[in-house]
Amino acid sequence: MHIVVCIKQVPDSAQIRVHPVTNTIMRQGVPTILNPYDLFALEAALRLRDQIGAEVSVLTMGPPMAEDTLRKALGFGADRAVLLTDRAFAGSDTLATSYALSQAIKRMGEEWGEPAIVFTGKQTIDGDTAQVGPGIARRLRLNQVTYVSAVTEIDPAAGTISLQRRAEGGVQEITTRLPALITMLEASNEVRRGSLPEALRAARAKVEVWNAAQAGIADMTKCGLRGSPTVVKRVFAPPARAVSAEKIDTTTNQSDDIAEALIAGIYARQPALEGELLRMAAGY
Amino acid sequence: MTEERFDAIVVGAGPSGNAAAYTMAKSGLNVLQLERGEYPGSKNVQGAILYADALERLMPDFREDAPLERHVIEQRIWMMDDHSHTGMHYRSELFNEDKPNRYTIIRAQFDRWFSRRVRDAGATLLCETTVTDLLRDSQNRVIGVKTDRHGGALLADVVILAEGVNGLTGQQAGLRAQPEPKDVALAVKEMHFLPQELIESRFGLRGDEGVVIEAMGTITRGMTGTAFLYTNRESISIGIGCLVDEFTRTGQTPYGLLDAFKAHPSIAPLLVGSEVKEYAAHLIPEGGFNAMPKLVGDGWMVVGDAAHLVNAVHREGSNLAMTSGRLAGETVVKLKRLRDPCTEANLGDYRRLLEDSFVLKDMKKYRKVPGLLHGNRQLLDLYPRMLSQAAQTWFRVDGVDKRTKERQIMRDVRQARGWRGLLGDAFKVARAWR
Amino acid sequence: MSEATPARQAGRAGMKKELPEHFKAYRHVWVFIEYEHGAIHPVSLELLGEGRKLADKLGVELGGVLLGADREALAAATVEVSEYGADVVYVVADPILQHYRNEPFTHAVTDLVNTYKPEILLLGATVLGRDLAGAVATTLLTGLTADCTELAIDDERSLAATRPTFGGSLLCTIHTLNYRPQMATVRPRVLPMPARQSGRIGRVIERALDMREDDIVTKVLRFLPDRDSQKSQLAYADIVVAGGLGMRSPENLQLVRALADVLGGDWGGSRPLVQKGWMPADRQIGQTGKTIRPKLYIAAGISGAIQHRVGVEGADLIVAINTDPNAPIFDFAHLGVVADATEILPALTEAFRKRLSVNRLAG
Repeated sequence: MHIVVCIKQVPDSAQIRVHPVTNTIMRQGVPTILNPYDLFALEAALRLRDQIGAEVSVLTMGPPMAEDTLRKALGFGADRAVLLTDRAFAGSDTLATSYALSQAIKRMGEEWGEPAIVFTGKQTIDGDTAQVGPGIARRLRLNQVTYVSAVTEIDPAAGTISLQRRAEGGVQEITTRLPALITMLEASNEVRRGSLPEALRAARAKVEVWNAAQAGIADMTKCGLRGSPTVVKRVFAPPARAVSAEKIDTTTNQSDDIAEALIAGIYARQPALEGELLRMAAGY
Repeated sequence: MTEERFDAIVVGAGPSGNAAAYTMAKSGLNVLQLERGEYPGSKNVQGAILYADALERLMPDFREDAPLERHVIEQRIWMMDDHSHTGMHYRSELFNEDKPNRYTIIRAQFDRWFSRRVRDAGATLLCETTVTDLLRDSQNRVIGVKTDRHGGALLADVVILAEGVNGLTGQQAGLRAQPEPKDVALAVKEMHFLPQELIESRFGLRGDEGVVIEAMGTITRGMTGTAFLYTNRESISIGIGCLVDEFTRTGQTPYGLLDAFKAHPSIAPLLVGSEVKEYAAHLIPEGGFNAMPKLVGDGWMVVGDAAHLVNAVHREGSNLAMTSGRLAGETVVKLKRLRDPCTEANLGDYRRLLEDSFVLKDMKKYRKVPGLLHGNRQLLDLYPRMLSQAAQTWFRVDGVDKRTKERQIMRDVRQARGWRGLLGDAFKVARAWR
Repeated sequence: MSEATPARQAGRAGMKKELPEHFKAYRHVWVFIEYEHGAIHPVSLELLGEGRKLADKLGVELGGVLLGADREALAAATVEVSEYGADVVYVVADPILQHYRNEPFTHAVTDLVNTYKPEILLLGATVLGRDLAGAVATTLLTGLTADCTELAIDDERSLAATRPTFGGSLLCTIHTLNYRPQMATVRPRVLPMPARQSGRIGRVIERALDMREDDIVTKVLRFLPDRDSQKSQLAYADIVVAGGLGMRSPENLQLVRALADVLGGDWGGSRPLVQKGWMPADRQIGQTGKTIRPKLYIAAGISGAIQHRVGVEGADLIVAINTDPNAPIFDFAHLGVVADATEILPALTEAFRKRLSVNRLAG
């Protein structure tokens, strides 16, 4: 059985900042990491592999340096890695991205067997849209189940899989047929440590690098800017409020004094709050 | 269970480890490098100085694609008291050369780049892998390592320990003692983001020029320590540290020192409008030559901070690290070529190479300084204050005639330290300096 | 070596100015009504409020899309949807739609869209909404903007959807210029809850599902509801205290909790705390965590990056404690203290405790 895991190399978003004068993004020195949510997808795939025997391929669409991220995934134990990289993909929104990825997955299917499952993380920490997984599912006609917390059962011969899915207010127990696209919830599993042989193998492995042509992408109008229905018209920092925060005097440096002054300030601005707090306290 | 065999295993992917691995891999040896962090440099996120000469001897063309921040054209040494700094600045157009001599760098990016070059040279790198044990044979020779990854052990003709000042492998294996609190400084650092134009206008820089400030004085509140400020492209690295035993003695906290330093009237204007992005703490070897451990043994060598190779007087560390890594690598390459075993005697070549280089020459030169500073804290506290007071008197134009001013300064000095004290200090410093 | 990305991305190749002819007939604003277990999710009502404004600006109708199995319950829901502002409610009733499943819901929604051609389709960015929106957008091959913090109609009658970008450091406004419908999702609590207009009546258009259960491979075997105690009510708390990296250690978060307890409120933290493993994800406050609209929000040691800001801007009173006087949080907080939160929080807790208990004794 062949399982494909889609992962993404993302900037460690905690470190991105805006130039205070020109309002531009300062990407300098921002380290990149493997999208944390994808680790859970990878672990789910590896567990299935351990359970029923399968091959796990990881796929990412990104710039050349995304190879580091693929190598990291190999280090966890994935069997092969494919980097889909091409200037033509620049500016892709989620529709264009799901097109490119699904074409690459088709190509991977031709090489190594059609995937029975495509795993993705629940979302990326840079885009946060959670749209690409469902996009791939639609294009490849995979049965889509998102926000999966656990794979409870799988029967490759019968082609069925049972899952637990987080829904509003509770958990759904779902069965569906393979091939399926599954987006995994975080904290649903602990990603394992690759063994020494796996780590060595990953360090030495060759990552497959495909451009658009090699990935079998015929229709370039569906890629990059051209293939993106959504258009970013404006990027900006939120307007500064006319009045920034009123600062409490801290010259005495006494925490107690500052606390008192703060409470006074709070009550002055929200007189109703004092009464509410007293009523709440009286209710104890 | 695998038992993979390598020519050499390097523990650590910092500057010394990378230098060693690069040297050996380039000569065709089968090198494995093990780094416990997520990626090389992940344990070292802050700003630092790159000494081009040391790196040039490894990679003459490093400037082509290494991530360099600014090249240093000005060095400021500041003696500070609570309201002032008395400083020596040296800025020279000569530092605006084709191949500048020092750069500021950001370690996370730089180490990653360096590591890529090491891998391109043919070394194998495993990250997120911590060495748990050295493997020895029946004659107690080191023959490999065990890691926290299950499934096997790794063997090599030589293990090079580039694991940093607090590296546990060497300590646990009994190859060296845990560094003493008096020999290690705890430094805390921050990275402040500031737009390029502001840095350039504030420090009077054009293009990629950069400034380094090293400071000492009352900012360390009576403890032995120093502070620094480096200009990167679009950020400032600022930090302060003192000997660990000093923090214990006084009960002060490193962050307290850093906050006060940032608020100092000489420093605060340099940071206005900046945004703090990262805090980090770091241990620095300060014990000098007398704190150095044994450098070689049967099947093992120590390089970089793990070997305590830091010139505390000049605040140089990464150049000693890279040089020691390179020399260790060259030693191994030579032995391999001659098909000689990596015994303690043979590996002793490494030590000899170090002694012939600036590394041990400088370490020996300053070996008395740590001891001097320990017994003579006034050097870092009293003198800056005296200097400040003298400068106040001297530069204030207030109708007092100059001879009276000179006498005043002499009186102040005599009161503060006394002529005998002064002479004694001068003598001690001269002795330690030589 | 620094790559400054220009703030404006003008003149991009392929940005056609003309909407293709067949899309010009698309009119009206639709809101997908998330309806499960007999209740409408509040986010759908919030969206109706916003949808009403957009529809009025365009001079078109506001429609609600309601899918379910129980006709009687759906009828009641239809009334609710109308009273919250919809002019017309499109209802698809079929036993297949009893539990949410991607396939039949996507089929129903895309069928409605292809038949009645709305120009805008809005969904709540909930678990269900996100599962559905991506599938619908890909099937319709149209643009979808997720997690919007603001929606507006521009001078050319195009939907301007604003959301944080670059990991939350900036905002960007996104348009779907040449495709229809323009789709957008909005997280719960970002938009205000509109007023209900009792007695307001809308039209109902029913549509059949045209699917067979046997054709649908995904089955929901069981639904296990959460125990109430497990659910964090953070999004609806009136008083929230939150900690950020300035708290310096996970142990210090107990100072945050202690203050929240004394105030009878809830506690949370900023995104980096989840990334560092100091705090579970369901307590994350911010654009990708919970959006909150409390009466009082105290941010301790939080720098105030945009993605956090958009999650708390709706609070009535924002108090920020941070050692960095230049922290962005002071730009949008109402009250600020430049001090170490690890010292101020315990002092604040104690001060509140004294005030609240003293008065209780007196009262």
